[in-house]
Amino acid sequence: MNSVQPIKIAILAMGGEGGGVLADWIVDLGESNGYIAQTTSVPGVAQRTGATIYYVEMYPREQAERDGGHPVLALMPLPGDVDVVLASELMEAGRAVQRGLVTPDRTTLVASTHRVYSIAEKIALGDGRADSKNLLAHAQSAARRFVRFDMAQVAEDNGSVISAVLFGALAGTGVLPFSRAQFESTIERGGVGVKASLRAFEAGFTQANAPAAADATPVAAALRPAGTPRDPEVRSLLARIAKDFPPAAQPVLVEGARRLVDYQDPDYAGLYLDRLARIQQLSGGEVQLLTETARHLALWMSYEDTVRVAELKTRASRFERVSSEVHVQQDQLLDINEYMHPRLQEICDTLPAGLGRWLASSGWPRRLVERATRKGRVVTTSSLGGFLLLYTLAGLKRWRRGSLRFQAENQRIETWLDRIAAAAALNPQLATEVAQCQRLVKGYGDTHERGLRNYETLMDAVQRAGARLAPASLRELRDAALADEGGQQLRAALERLSLHAPLKQAA
Amino acid sequence: MAERSFVEEVKKLRLGAGETFRGEGILAVTKALLESGVAYVAGYQGAPISHLMDVLADAQDILAEQGIRFENSASEATAAATLAASVNYPLRGAVTFKATVGTNVASDALANLASGGVTGGALVVVGEDYGEGSSIMQERSHAFAMKSQIWLLDPRPTLSCIVQAVKQGFELSEASHTPVMLQLRIRACHVHGEFTASDNKRPSFTIGEALDAPQRDVSRIVLPPASFVHEQEKVRERWPAAVKFIEEHALNEFFAEGADDIGIVVQGGNYNTTLRVLERLGFADVYGNSRIPLYCMNVAYPVIDSEVLRFCRGKRAVLMVEEGQPNFIEQNIAAILRNAHVDTALHGKDLLPVAGEYTTAETLKGVRAFLERYGRMQPEPVVAKPPKVIPLKPLAESVSARPPGFCTGCPERPIFTAMKLVERELGEHHVSADIGCHLFSILPPFNLGNTTMGYGLGAAGAAALNTPGAGHKRAISVMGDGGFWHNGLTSGVANAVFNRSDNLTIVVDNSYTSATGGQDILSSTAENRSRSTGHAIERAVRGVGVNWVRTMKRTYDVAGMRDALREALTTKEQGPKVLIAQSECMLNKQRREKPLARKAVAEGKRVVRERFGVDSDTCTGDHSCIRLSGCPSLSVKPNPDPLRSDPVATVLDSCVGCGLCGEVSHAAVLCPSFYKAQITTNPTRWDRLRQRVSRAVIGRLQRRAAARRERYAF
Repeated sequence: MNSVQPIKIAILAMGGEGGGVLADWIVDLGESNGYIAQTTSVPGVAQRTGATIYYVEMYPREQAERDGGHPVLALMPLPGDVDVVLASELMEAGRAVQRGLVTPDRTTLVASTHRVYSIAEKIALGDGRADSKNLLAHAQSAARRFVRFDMAQVAEDNGSVISAVLFGALAGTGVLPFSRAQFESTIERGGVGVKASLRAFEAGFTQANAPAAADATPVAAALRPAGTPRDPEVRSLLARIAKDFPPAAQPVLVEGARRLVDYQDPDYAGLYLDRLARIQQLSGGEVQLLTETARHLALWMSYEDTVRVAELKTRASRFERVSSEVHVQQDQLLDINEYMHPRLQEICDTLPAGLGRWLASSGWPRRLVERATRKGRVVTTSSLGGFLLLYTLAGLKRWRRGSLRFQAENQRIETWLDRIAAAAALNPQLATEVAQCQRLVKGYGDTHERGLRNYETLMDAVQRAGARLAPASLRELRDAALADEGGQQLRAALERLSLHAPLKQAA
Repeated sequence: MAERSFVEEVKKLRLGAGETFRGEGILAVTKALLESGVAYVAGYQGAPISHLMDVLADAQDILAEQGIRFENSASEATAAATLAASVNYPLRGAVTFKATVGTNVASDALANLASGGVTGGALVVVGEDYGEGSSIMQERSHAFAMKSQIWLLDPRPTLSCIVQAVKQGFELSEASHTPVMLQLRIRACHVHGEFTASDNKRPSFTIGEALDAPQRDVSRIVLPPASFVHEQEKVRERWPAAVKFIEEHALNEFFAEGADDIGIVVQGGNYNTTLRVLERLGFADVYGNSRIPLYCMNVAYPVIDSEVLRFCRGKRAVLMVEEGQPNFIEQNIAAILRNAHVDTALHGKDLLPVAGEYTTAETLKGVRAFLERYGRMQPEPVVAKPPKVIPLKPLAESVSARPPGFCTGCPERPIFTAMKLVERELGEHHVSADIGCHLFSILPPFNLGNTTMGYGLGAAGAAALNTPGAGHKRAISVMGDGGFWHNGLTSGVANAVFNRSDNLTIVVDNSYTSATGGQDILSSTAENRSRSTGHAIERAVRGVGVNWVRTMKRTYDVAGMRDALREALTTKEQGPKVLIAQSECMLNKQRREKPLARKAVAEGKRVVRERFGVDSDTCTGDHSCIRLSGCPSLSVKPNPDPLRSDPVATVLDSCVGCGLCGEVSHAAVLCPSFYKAQITTNPTRWDRLRQRVSRAVIGRLQRRAAARRERYAF
């Protein structure tokens, strides 16, 4: 019996990513160069962004004619019997490994390392992203050869699509019995977007043979070290950090101070350090408590109010960022429209505390404002009127300390610091967990209210449980609060820990 | 306009005798129909045979040249009833739809057709949506063939075999006066391969001839006493005629007969997988030369007793490879063997999975078990896995499901966003869902929808859940425009009027049957050169007596949608409420508008492109916006803020600027991080002047603010 095997190639992609084009290219490549080729797929609903597999087999026509037979080609891959797996994205590469399509004895795995996050990863209230390192490690250990790089980036750099880069990388691996010229003429025969596809092909081809770069899994931004300030006040702040705080905590404190100088002024950053000095005293050398408090205190003290948003939106650096994000070309014009929805609450918050409180509890003035703010506003920051509006709003910064919101946040921060102090007296680890609960309070409007409500529920539990609350339990509660919007998991966790109390109503 | 254009491919339909056809399975079926002298074709789209309808639509010139009538049927029932033309006249006709949902809808017509029998060849091409990627209940068309006595062909998934099955299907139908069903599994529909073409044939008898000389035979009409005669005819005349034809023309195939005293019986559709498995186990070569005898049933029904006995006699054991359940064929073979006192051991579902797709891996396991049992193979030694040096987290932890969802910019998404917002105010409601893209609402992030009972049956599915005037909540049902015209107008809306329902029905009107590939329907706004479009749903709804009807012309208006929904759910007015939510399918819209925009840019015209973005320094990483949208273009990225860890939202380049992000952040009071960028290509002189003036002032102020910050920077 004949022992020549068909070449077997599986393509894992998501609907609309051009996996079909890639499969068609491979078939055309085979058919034009002496192969009998077959491909099939399961489109259906997978076309709508779902994961899907295209499967190609090809067999040398000359061999078949010599043997006087016609090969029987399969319509789906057999685990352990695949020569090449092409994956358009990292999790899809993981899926190929999971399905047993990638085996160390024979499979060349060509995959893009970029991530297209699944819906489950995106809808998390905190961080739901899969562990890319784990995906890479599994792919590495399952494949005979693992060719990988960020093909989305390469495609973008070359003004083309990922399928062309994958095709180039496939050619680059040299696992198929076709020359580079044969690959390229396949693209030319396709006749659509040929130039860009060839550029992307070339880049993919080259990269496939380049030594694997360190895997660029998305990492969080790094803390920036302190530069040399011109302002004497700022200089003394930095000196104070260097003198009074342990070196391990200094990078976070520098970043925190930088944030608060930017947010308000050097005095405000001074207040930040005063508050941290108190924590340092009671931490008993616990650097973790200090750094975590420093991180979260900086975030809390730079709470997002209308003034802050207006300031960030009007900066020149922001205009530049938008311009590059949306790829504005030299001869094009850019308009930026902001979606804002200031409500009575935000307006009262921005006003001087007394005035804000009066308006919030007034009769017809309140109703008037409420009526006027029922709908959201679109502000065109790139237009003169829109810009001046936000610029003026940002100018209210100098009166921020007198605002209603400032007073409320200040109050909450002080209470939180007291709680940290009280917890530290019991257990510094618990205090760290209390500090980290600030993470729950984020966003604007309804989101902010929900976060604040959860935070207060947790603080209430801390208060009532006192010394019997284990740090791990508080961590569990925090994770539960971030598990769903409706608060079911949090309620369940509170019940499990016998800390259940009637949930606080919205503030 | 369908999602995929076959204008280029249909040129292959003109290939003549001896030329090599290369292309997709469904295109090959179309070519086979032309080569068979078919007089009419009809069908209803749905994966996996949507493309067959699209091919036919794009091939209308060729069909017209051949004098073939082509219908886009209103439903599968319509399609099946169309075959009535073959009852009295020697007209060859073919209809197509997806199975088993299509066969369900068509079963009334199919049963009547099968009862009276046919004169001209009648072929039902069903796309079997079974196994991986399927979106429907997992059942077999086989049952329909058996209950109505329609012959069922299940050819090997190789183009030449499929083409041959089409041609023989017509002959078999004519020889036995019985309609024939040709079953194609999803992968076979989409398989790309090759076969040698023949010349196209014009129908030997035309529809015009039939119309001009009508034939009538009361004995073909299903009414007593003829219906009782039909039943007798089926078993006394048509069945034997079919068996004779199948035997004489060797529709089923024997391979390696006598090579061994064990053998495998396989449905044609599973032949390639089984062969691959035998080849991998060392019992066959790549050309199909097997050392194990094979009986390949290209006709799945009826089972030919004589052939089964010929194959099984003298064998110790046979394995039946039959996908899906119940195992009709295995039971049938067991009865044949038993009645003939043949004691060959019969295996099937004892070694292969009782339910589920026969993937290569499952088939390998089953065939291996069979070969081991009869000593043809040694059991695999158990290999001790070497301990892993670096333990890895299980892969399953890092690979999550990727279910299908609404496309980028889909106009249906905001409808469900608005429903989520109303849910916050009024609490949860019972939602009766329907078939179509809108069914993705049952998945995250929306999680809306309690049941789905079938295409167009969204409103019908909520019929019982009605308590007019009793102070309870109202049920909501969702229906697409495709489902509405398929049957929802009568089964749902008219039914609600007649039964004095108080429920709300949302009709999602995106101008196409989008889930099946964007085909036109009655209410499509697009001009279609061969079909009549532009018939408004609202007029139909009012026509059957609904008084409370609202049409929202822009679904992206989330606040408007929310208010309309709230009103429908709280109004004191009794009777059915119908909310028609209109916006064009974004896939189709982009397909139409993108080339136009490109052309305009090339011509130097002013073009404004819109897209959204998120300011990562004001985004706090709560992802509420994603939970209210789920748009593929709205994603996350690492937080650029070194003090934060949660990823921030980001808008990918694939954004089409539909506007939902902005509407949601307004309606749900989310956050001020969203911006809409308007990029003007080929700006006018006025545009430039305006920009220059504002830039001058803005730049000056920005520099001033930056200088202030710079003072304190470090």
